[in-house]
Amino acid sequence: MTTTSPLHLAVALDGAGWHPAAWREPDARPEALFTAGYWAGLVQEAERGLLDFVTIEDALGLQSSRFDGPDERTDQVRGRLDAVLIAARVAPTTHHIGLVPTATVTHTEPFHVSKAIATLDYASKGRAGWRVQVSGRSHEARHFGRREIPRFSLDDLGSPAMVELIANLFDEATEYVEVVRRLWDSWEDDAEVRDAATGRFIDRDKLHYIDFAGKWLTVRGPSIVPRPPQGQPVVTALAHSAVPYRFAARSSDVAFVTPFDTGQAADIAGEVGPGPLVFGDVVVFLGDTAKEAVTRKDRLDALAGTPYTSDAYVFTGTPGQLADLLQQWQVAGLAGFRLRPATLPHDLTAITRGLVPELQRRGAFRHGYEASTLRGLLGLPRPANRYALGGA
Amino acid sequence: MPKQIHLAAHFPGVNNTTVWSDPESGSQIEFDSFVRLAQTAERAKFDFFFLAEGLRLREQNGLIYDLDVVGRPDTFTVLAALAAVTERLGLTGTINSTFNEPYEVARQFASLDHLSAGRAGWNVVTSWDAFTGENFRRGGFLRQEDRYERAERFLRTAWELFDSWQGDEIVADQASGAFLRRPGAGAFAHRDSHFDIAGQFNVPRSPQGRPVILQAGDSDAGREFAAATADAIFSRHSTLQAGQDFYADVKGRLARYGRAPDQLLVLPAATFVLGDTDAAAQERADVVRHQQVSGRTALRFLEQVWNRDLSGYDPEGPLPDVDPLVGENTVVRGRASVRMFGDPLQTARQWRELAETKKLSIRDLVIQVSGRQTFIGSPATVAAAIDELVQRDASDGFILVPHLVPGGLDEFADTVVPLLQERGVFRTEYDGVTLRDHLGLAHPV
Ligand SMILES: Cc1cc2nc3c(=O)[nH]c(=O)nc-3n(C[C@H](O)[C@H](O)[C@H](O)COP(=O)(O)O)c2cc1C
Repeated sequence: MTTTSPLHLAVALDGAGWHPAAWREPDARPEALFTAGYWAGLVQEAERGLLDFVTIEDALGLQSSRFDGPDERTDQVRGRLDAVLIAARVAPTTHHIGLVPTATVTHTEPFHVSKAIATLDYASKGRAGWRVQVSGRSHEARHFGRREIPRFSLDDLGSPAMVELIANLFDEATEYVEVVRRLWDSWEDDAEVRDAATGRFIDRDKLHYIDFAGKWLTVRGPSIVPRPPQGQPVVTALAHSAVPYRFAARSSDVAFVTPFDTGQAADIAGEVGPGPLVFGDVVVFLGDTAKEAVTRKDRLDALAGTPYTSDAYVFTGTPGQLADLLQQWQVAGLAGFRLRPATLPHDLTAITRGLVPELQRRGAFRHGYEASTLRGLLGLPRPANRYALGGA
Repeated sequence: MPKQIHLAAHFPGVNNTTVWSDPESGSQIEFDSFVRLAQTAERAKFDFFFLAEGLRLREQNGLIYDLDVVGRPDTFTVLAALAAVTERLGLTGTINSTFNEPYEVARQFASLDHLSAGRAGWNVVTSWDAFTGENFRRGGFLRQEDRYERAERFLRTAWELFDSWQGDEIVADQASGAFLRRPGAGAFAHRDSHFDIAGQFNVPRSPQGRPVILQAGDSDAGREFAAATADAIFSRHSTLQAGQDFYADVKGRLARYGRAPDQLLVLPAATFVLGDTDAAAQERADVVRHQQVSGRTALRFLEQVWNRDLSGYDPEGPLPDVDPLVGENTVVRGRASVRMFGDPLQTARQWRELAETKKLSIRDLVIQVSGRQTFIGSPATVAAAIDELVQRDASDGFILVPHLVPGGLDEFADTVVPLLQERGVFRTEYDGVTLRDHLGLAHPV
């Protein structure tokens, strides 16, 4: 089935790709993972494919095959650079694509994250976003030593203690995003007046204390950074169940969700929308033929020692088959997709040079960048400043 | 061979050094301004680019201070973006040790060092006040007396994290399937009176091992902290006598920590005004001073010492005859400079005497005592003065603060730098790659 309404397309960049054996592919560059050139090359490729944005994965702890701590494995990529800094480093080397780094809220300060993302928006001239990440991992809490998070494994997911912890972490995240958003608005757009006649650099009446006092956070403000070019950079969040859906619905501009079929895509889009744009996350193993894609996955699985599983739907097939799936799910209610390349650069270039031309042929994807900001690409208006309107 | 001079470029921020009202002044926020200044510094073969930081907007009399530049971008983000548009220039920034956590800051600096191929530097500052704390989870939790203790523990903890990867862990052997040589990379456990943390650090060892450490405190505790930990000290003593005293003082403290004098560079902040002749430069300097210090700015400056609202006074008239209010300064908030005036009564007395002797108005007095112009003269005069201060051990070089962005360094790069090069006291090409290389510092093992 086909549709002509354009869809939005992002890729999620992580290490050598999402498959744990991705770094062993012949075209992988595992020795370059910690260089600027590696990241700039990937994002420039995504930009050649006219994608809306890239996300950059991150966490405050070492990668692990376990939820509750490092796994002592030596056969997978371990170690990563700070995603906000990667995005900043890449910003001057790209011109159109949105840059959406991950930053954890659980142990960090909203004041710092707010100014970092605002500054990324300046350095990229309006292309910044942020993927909000909550951490419920005890070993990450130990890196800060400021609070205890009890140790859970994923099997405890439904336990009352973990349900309560998750609810609290997302309540805190809701406050956190609200603080960050208020800080972005704490300067009105025209606050810098440079009025030589009166000697005033700013009109201080256009700067606002946010005076946020919640259950988790109290922050006075205003920000030290003037309102960023987009007014509000694009806030995104990955959500898998009811509590995070509610968080994403209230706090995000783009929600990444993980349906496994068209029916789920429709249900989740209904639950999370209509506030944020709802994007489906899909892990992709692409090949010139379906068989080739399956063979690739099998080969990687054999290297890893186990079949690859994911929180998101795992697609194997050709770019054309992927285009079919995306268009079906789009009709079910998704605004776009965040594709997770199983290996880099292979699956990224299969997206930019295979999937994108196919979608263009179908009239379902842009032929050129039509806006200069990430909000513009996503069709999101530049928000008015809440304080300029006299609100809080 | 004469002593080699180190030079750095400070992007001028929220102090009244910056003349924002000049038609040549560009944005203090737009990234292009940072690019231009950094690229000029690199063209001139400077050691590094420097960013200051303040974590709350300054206030006076309960209102956000509006006479100087207000607002600045995030340190880490600007430096990482500048790494894309420069190749050799060191990228140093100010990051506070009170309102941050070691794990997070160590990750950011290690990442910056990777992303810049070894050019990161960290100016560790210790602002602790409750006023700034209102922007953070913990509020104002630290006593002033404890700020350097926390800074020292913070830095040592960060060092343990930087050292938690030794540098040989990543083998990335596609054939054998060994990404890491052994498990446990980045393992750390640290406990002291400020930090109790453990786990595995998730950034591999960076090109410099550890970023270069700068320190900018001036108190006895600050100097001791620098002697114990820093690679360079950013001071405010840029005249011959004060510079030599400071230089001898901090270098003299090093032996106690088993360190040699060349392991801590002394780099005072310095401004400059150039002209075709010394007289022309002097004239220009006078214009700049008056741009920097308006009547209103002068009164606000005086309030830093008087700790009172002085808005009723005439800036072209005599100094206030009332005495400063002693105690916590409640009029001026968020300015490091307030702490410069340890004894306000004595400062006021001295300034009054100076004003009476020289018949100075408030504005003239402030222009005189807040002297922000280190080097004034023709390029030849300025090059000679810089060289002399360095050869006579008043400093190891300077962190230059132009009064204009983004073009304020151009003239210096074009006229003074070649003269220093002719004298054989400043590099004509970078001979190393990392910031440590530029500063002549050993790479930590
Ligand atoms: C040249 C110079 C530059 C400084 N820059 C900053 C800065 O950017 N941000 C900051 O918070 N403090 C800055 N400071 C303040 C000091 O780092 C220190 O926190 C303050 O002077 C109090 O410490 P002290 O009592 O040891 O001087 C600077 C100080 C000097 C001398």
